[in-house]
Amino acid sequence: MSAIETTYRDAIRQALLDAMEEDENVILIGEEVGLYGGAYGVTKGLIDLYSANRVIDAPISEAGIVGTAVGAAMTGLRPVAELMYVDFIGLVMDQLANQAAKSRYMFGGQIAVPMVLRTQGGTGRSAAAQHSQSLEAWMLHTPGLRLAMPATVNDAYHLLRDALRQPDPVVFIEHKGLYTMKGTLDPETPDAGWGTPVIRRDGKDLTIVTYSRMLHEAMRAADTMAEAGIDAEVIDLRCLNPLDEAAIFASVQRTGRAMIVTEAATAGSAASEIAARIGESCFDWLEEPVVRIGGEDIPIPVSPSLEKGSIPSAQLIAEAGLWLMRKETPAWA
Amino acid sequence: MTTNTAPLSRYRTMRRIRSFEERVGELFLRGESAGSMLHLSIGEEAVVGVTDAMQKGDTFTTHHRGHGVFLGRGADPARMMAEIGGKASGYCRGKGGSMHIASHALGHLGANAIVGGGIPHVVGAGLTYRNRGTRQVSVAFFGDGAMQQGILYEAMNMAALWKLPVLFVCLNNQYGMGTRVDRSAGRLAFGERAESFGLAAAHGDGTDVEQVHDVASQLVVGARDGRPGFLEIDSFRFYGHARMDKSPYRTPEEEEEGRKRDPVLKARERIIAEGLATEDEATEIDTDAAEEMDAALESAVTAAPPALDTMFEDVFAPGTPAPRPQRDRLRAILSEDAA
Ligand SMILES: Cc1ncc(C[n+]2csc(CCOP(=O)(O)OP(=O)(O)O)c2C)c(N)n1
Ligand SMILES: [Mg+2]
Repeated sequence: MSAIETTYRDAIRQALLDAMEEDENVILIGEEVGLYGGAYGVTKGLIDLYSANRVIDAPISEAGIVGTAVGAAMTGLRPVAELMYVDFIGLVMDQLANQAAKSRYMFGGQIAVPMVLRTQGGTGRSAAAQHSQSLEAWMLHTPGLRLAMPATVNDAYHLLRDALRQPDPVVFIEHKGLYTMKGTLDPETPDAGWGTPVIRRDGKDLTIVTYSRMLHEAMRAADTMAEAGIDAEVIDLRCLNPLDEAAIFASVQRTGRAMIVTEAATAGSAASEIAARIGESCFDWLEEPVVRIGGEDIPIPVSPSLEKGSIPSAQLIAEAGLWLMRKETPAWA
Repeated sequence: MTTNTAPLSRYRTMRRIRSFEERVGELFLRGESAGSMLHLSIGEEAVVGVTDAMQKGDTFTTHHRGHGVFLGRGADPARMMAEIGGKASGYCRGKGGSMHIASHALGHLGANAIVGGGIPHVVGAGLTYRNRGTRQVSVAFFGDGAMQQGILYEAMNMAALWKLPVLFVCLNNQYGMGTRVDRSAGRLAFGERAESFGLAAAHGDGTDVEQVHDVASQLVVGARDGRPGFLEIDSFRFYGHARMDKSPYRTPEEEEEGRKRDPVLKARERIIAEGLATEDEATEIDTDAAEEMDAALESAVTAAPPALDTMFEDVFAPGTPAPRPQRDRLRAILSEDAA
C-alpha cells in the first residue's frame, strides 16, 4: 500500500484494522467501541467487519474491562482495551499498575500480559477537570508499563502497530485535539522504530523535547524563534517508555540548551523526569538551566479562556527560547 | 377539604426544567456554551417527584445529566446557565461547567463526569447525619449506565450495613451513550440487585411524576429512619447523549415512540383534568417558564468570563499559597540567572 493522506483518527483505525486482519487474536474491548464506533469515532465500522466476539461493547465497568483484557492477554488473545478518557485511569489503576504491569515480574517471568490500553487525553474541548487531563506521568512511574504518545498521522499508525507487537502491556495515549489533523500515512515506512525519538526539526541553538500535541505548538514556536535568528531543534519522543535517552543527550550536548514542553501539569511530570536526566548526564555541556514548560499545576477549568491559559502556548515557548538564547527579555519577565 | 396544589407546583418545576434544557441547547448553538459536553435531561423531568419528596437540608449528588435535579432542588437558572457558559457568575465560578455544577448552600454536593463517581459521597453524607443525629437524608442520582459500575455495589452494601439515611436513584433513560440498557446488563431487574443488599427498592414510572412522588416519599421517610432505599425511574432520553450526538444508533420510530412518553405533557394534562388549572392557566405557567429561561440565557451570554488568574484560586483553601504560575517560575529562573 502506498502513502495516503488521512487523519490521525483514521490512521489509528487503519492500524487496528490491519492488526485485526493479520491476527485473529486481536480483539477490541471497551465502551462504545462497537455499534457507536468509539466516542471519537476511531473504531467506526470495525464491528461490521469483524464479529461482536472481536469488537466487544462493554458495560461502563472500566476496572472489569481492563481486568478482562489482562486475563485475555495472559491466555493468548491480544486485547486492545479502550478507556474512553485517560481521566478514568483511576478506576482501572489497580488492574493496570498492580496486575498488568507486575505479572511478568512477580511470577518470575512466566506470565506475560501483552495487551494495549488505548486511551486519549488532553485539553481543547472545554471538557473540564475530569475529561481533559494529561496523566502520562502516572504510567511512567509504574515499572512494567510501556507508554507511547503519537503526535503525527504516521506515528498514530505505526506506533499502534508496534504496540501490538510488544510482549508487555502498552498504554497508548492519543490526543483528543489531534483526531481531525490531516497528514501522510505511509504504511510501509515508519518515521523510526519503536522507542526511537524523531528529530522533527534540526537546529543548533537549543533543544526542545516534546511529544503528543505539544509537538505542534513547539514547531510553531520554533518558527517564531527562527524569525529572531534562533535555530531550535525539536525532538518528538513518540515513546516515553522505552525512553531513548541517548538521542536526547546527543542533541543537548550539541546545542547546550534544553527545554521540555508538555501539556501535563508540571509537578512530578514526564518533563520533570526528562529534565532531571538531562541535568544528570549533560551537566558539563549545558549553557543554561534546563527549563520545563508545562501545564499549570491546577485541575483543568471548564471556561474556554481559562482552559487555554492553563497550558503552554507557542508564544510562551518562543519567549522562553529567546530568553534561553539571551536574545531579548520576554514581556513576562 | 383543601385541594392538594403540589401537583401544580411540580408541573411548574417540570416545565421550567424543560424550558431550561431547551435554552441550554440554544446556548450551544449560539457558540456560547463552554464546550459541547452538555447532557440534557429532557424526557426525565419526572425526577421532580423525588426532588419534591426531599426536605430542606437534605443533600444530593448527581451524574452528568443533572440540570433537572438541581432545578428541582431550587437552583437559580441564571447562575446555572452562567456556569454552563463558563462564566465567573456561575455556581462554580466558571471552573466546573455543566458536568461539575454544585451548590453547598442548596445541598448539591456535586455533579460528576465520572460515571458513578458521586454515588459513594451520599454514603459519607449519611454517616455524617447518622453520627450527628440531624435527620437529614442524602440522595444519589445516577443513570442506568452507572448500574454496571462496581462502586455502586460497595456503596449500597455500606449503606445497608450501617443503616444510613441514604437513597439511591437510578434514572433509567434506556441508554448509556449509544448502548441500550439491555446491551449493558445481563439481567435488567435492577431493583432486585438493591434488594439483595438489603435496601428497600421501588420502581418509578418516568411518565408519571405523581406516582414517582408517592414512591419516593415513602423511600425518603424510610431512609430518614435509617432504612436506605433504591428507586429506579424509567424514562426515555429524548435527544442525543450530548450535544454533538445525533443518536444514529436509534431508529426514527424508536425516537418517536420514546418521545410520546412525555412526562411534562402528561403532568400538564393531569393538572387540567383534575381542575387544578385551566388551559389558560397552564399556558401561563408555560409562558412564565419560557420567559424566565430566556432571561437566564441572555444573562449568561452577556456575563463576563472569569479573570485569567482566577484559575489558580481554589486548588487549595484560601490562605494557602496558590500554585505557582509557569510564567512566574520562568521569571524567577531568569532573574536569578541574570543576577
Ligand atoms: C467512568 C466513566 N466511564 C465512561 C464515561 C463516559 N460516559 C459519559 S456518560 C456515559 C453514559 C452514561 O450513561 P448513563 O449512566 O445511563 O447516564 P445517561 O447519560 O444516560 O444519563 C459514558 C459512557 C464517563 N464519563 N465516566
Ligand atoms: Mg442512561
